[in-house]
Amino acid sequence: MYGWIWRRLPGPKPAKALMAAVLAGIVVAVLWYRVFPLLEPLVTLDEVTVTQ
Amino acid sequence: MAIPHGGWPRAYADEVRATLRAAGDLCITAGLVLLLFCAYLLWGTGAYTDREQPLLEQELAREQADPGPQGDDGPKRLKKIKLGQAVALLRIPRLGNDYKYAVIEGVTTEHLRKGPGHYPGTAMPGQKGNFVVSGHRTTYGAPFNEIDELKKGDEIVVDAREARYTYRVTYHEVVLPTDLDVIAPVPGKPDRKPSKAFITLTTCHPEYSAAQRYIVHGVLDRVELRKV
Repeated sequence: MYGWIWRRLPGPKPAKALMAAVLAGIVVAVLWYRVFPLLEPLVTLDEVTVTQ
Repeated sequence: MAIPHGGWPRAYADEVRATLRAAGDLCITAGLVLLLFCAYLLWGTGAYTDREQPLLEQELAREQADPGPQGDDGPKRLKKIKLGQAVALLRIPRLGNDYKYAVIEGVTTEHLRKGPGHYPGTAMPGQKGNFVVSGHRTTYGAPFNEIDELKKGDEIVVDAREARYTYRVTYHEVVLPTDLDVIAPVPGKPDRKPSKAFITLTTCHPEYSAAQRYIVHGVLDRVELRKV
């Protein structure tokens, strides 16, 4: 997968590396700001109240 | 075991290799995403709390500036605090001089994301009965992360609209999540009528677990009315 992406990025190595970093950054940002907030309520590791 | 190559057609061996590599990539990716999610839970969630806390503090400052008609010993009648409104500022000197959280009314998931929450129906600050506040221990700013460091006699300062109430820690306990006695008007004695003002802080225990609850109890030590 990563090899496949690397081979498809155009240009010399430094340009490829920069593009790869930007792509990774985009993926991280989407996960952090869009996906994780939706998943977080499903994780109940920090339940703090007492209830019946 | 080496992947047999000799007797097999080259194309087949390449295909096996590509499949294995893709599976490996997927596993690594899943691991990285999980790590990132853990980081989000610990640090990312706090960003929301950090944004909401100043709003609650501002709300409180407005209420303190205008607490309504005054009597001889403080405001005559306080407006009822609705769900989601700021109740008081909580300070715990043992946890640092800058330890300060605005307490919100309500203990639903959404309320607790914004800060420690006051159980609706339990006593208000300074009142006879039990002022119960719950807070996150590991996520959303983790306001109650270190309440296990509180010792007997430590101050818990509650800056309410009308006065500053200083409680002192009496004891702590670890209970099951279903143990409602800890939030009774007299903590641990659900049948008694309260003659004192208590405070109870609850959070999860052990850290990163929902198995138990860590409870800190205190009793009101002194009251300083707010001069307006």
